[in-house]
Amino acid sequence: MSDAELSPDEVRHVARLARIALEDAEVEAQRAQLARILGHMAELDAVDVEGVEPTFHAVTEAPLRRDEVRPAEASREALLEAAPREVEGGFAVPQVMEGDT
Amino acid sequence: MSAWEAVVGLEVHAQLRTRTKLFCACPNEFGAPPNTHVCPVCLGLPGALPAPNEAAIDLALRAALALGGEVRERSVFARKSYFYPDLAKGYQISQFALPIIEGGAVPMALEGEARSAALTRIHLEEDAAKNLHVQGETVVDFNRAGTPLIEIVGEPVLRSGAEAEAYLRALREVLVFIGVNDGNLEEGSFRCDANVSIRPKGEERLGTRVELKNINSFRFVRKAIDHEVARQAALRESGGEVVQETRTWDERQERTVAMRGKEEAHDYRYFPDPDLPPLVVDAARLARAEETLPELPAAMRARWVETLGLTAQDAGVLAAHPAIAAYFEAVATGLGEAAGLKPAKAGKKAANFVMAEVLRETATEGVEARFPAAAPEVAALLALVEDGTINGKIAKEVFAKMVATGEPPKTIVEREGLAQVTDTAAIEAVVREVLAANPKQVEQYRGGKTAVLGFFVGQVMKATRGQANPKAVNEILRALLAEG
Repeated sequence: MSDAELSPDEVRHVARLARIALEDAEVEAQRAQLARILGHMAELDAVDVEGVEPTFHAVTEAPLRRDEVRPAEASREALLEAAPREVEGGFAVPQVMEGDT
Repeated sequence: MSAWEAVVGLEVHAQLRTRTKLFCACPNEFGAPPNTHVCPVCLGLPGALPAPNEAAIDLALRAALALGGEVRERSVFARKSYFYPDLAKGYQISQFALPIIEGGAVPMALEGEARSAALTRIHLEEDAAKNLHVQGETVVDFNRAGTPLIEIVGEPVLRSGAEAEAYLRALREVLVFIGVNDGNLEEGSFRCDANVSIRPKGEERLGTRVELKNINSFRFVRKAIDHEVARQAALRESGGEVVQETRTWDERQERTVAMRGKEEAHDYRYFPDPDLPPLVVDAARLARAEETLPELPAAMRARWVETLGLTAQDAGVLAAHPAIAAYFEAVATGLGEAAGLKPAKAGKKAANFVMAEVLRETATEGVEARFPAAAPEVAALLALVEDGTINGKIAKEVFAKMVATGEPPKTIVEREGLAQVTDTAAIEAVVREVLAANPKQVEQYRGGKTAVLGFFVGQVMKATRGQANPKAVNEILRALLAEG
């Protein structure tokens, strides 16, 4: 992707999706950097991979599988300490309306 | 309305009946106190790594086999990114470009006619946490976070709310019978979203679709879809346009209502999860899944009609729940063995008794059922009828006592002296008494009105508290009446 193909609005859109608060003054610098990264992807894209099997992961055989054995219970108290605030055993968060996923 | 055709496709989220979560070893259980089934993995703490649950994968394979889907040898877990408090990691682990299962169909019956509705795909994913509203605050319970789901995506081949309901019932039945899902709509372990659009009849192109979310009963699914179709038709007919949006069913107002949409909410930026290697399912594993696949409900019903002497209707009643189906089979088999009956005869007798007496006292909850008496005990009771120890009427009495005391039928029959009176001398004495007490009816009978025989039988049974062998009573009555 050439530098000109990434618009400031696309940069703002991506930033919003990632919940990054971008000042107007920062948009151009981010745009230029992102465009360089995407430009590199475009170079990779140009390689002829006809007939090459896609690689989804560096590890091809799965060593990670797990049988249904339960380990010792983790401490609920210790885990809840990571909560911003605890309310009746729950992680209190800024209020959300039901259904606005 | 008649100028429009409804186009409906359903997406079903079915929780898998595993003991532990999809990527960690926390228990997969409903109803525990908040945040008691959590660990660093399902809380998305930094550095925690997911490890796929073998049992969840096997259940997905079972669903694939039961629904005729194609299993991909190499499927890929992907991250679906969005921000919401029910998602600790900021993404949900799902499958996107390369799901574990593609194709398949839901076998269903519509107005008695067999049909099947095509599936697009089935993929594995983790469930999100639950937001609770406590004291005016939003608090998150992560017990459900990371529990295993399959999402079953149907093709848009359904044409009405009734078809959607039939599809859902059929899908639920299959998943429950093969032990993949507990079918509990209220607890949310079987959830349905519906994509609904309309188009002028004869038109190929699809209209703008509306997604109906959070509909948690079969009846609501049917009503929500029918109302949504009517709403879209009215909108189009008055010159309006359908807007692509998410709506939900408001049961109180009996209409669908728009949910507060979020800008850019559907840009999930899927990409392969670097924490998880591709999921490999080889032929041997698939073969093992096939070997352990339980009998499907449709096949079970057909077998019962064919070999156990049941009508299609009886088979439908008894196969409506997996635990009841297993119970009935145990009674039929037990009776056949104890009384030396042919399967068709034992099956029919077991079915009649289970439907008439047992089901009334049976409570089901999810895939579990609580029966009033164990199947072998009921088989033993019916065997007592077969060998002439008690008659059918007394069997019902004994059954009530079995339920009340938990005792085996034989114990009750012996203690209460309920065994049938087959002693012909004893029966004859009672018959003579009855005849002597009813000279008018005796005269009628002898005058040719033989229908009064039924009256005498009734009187004799009453005098013997129902314990006389009905066959012997009939024979003795006829003989004594003929003597006169």
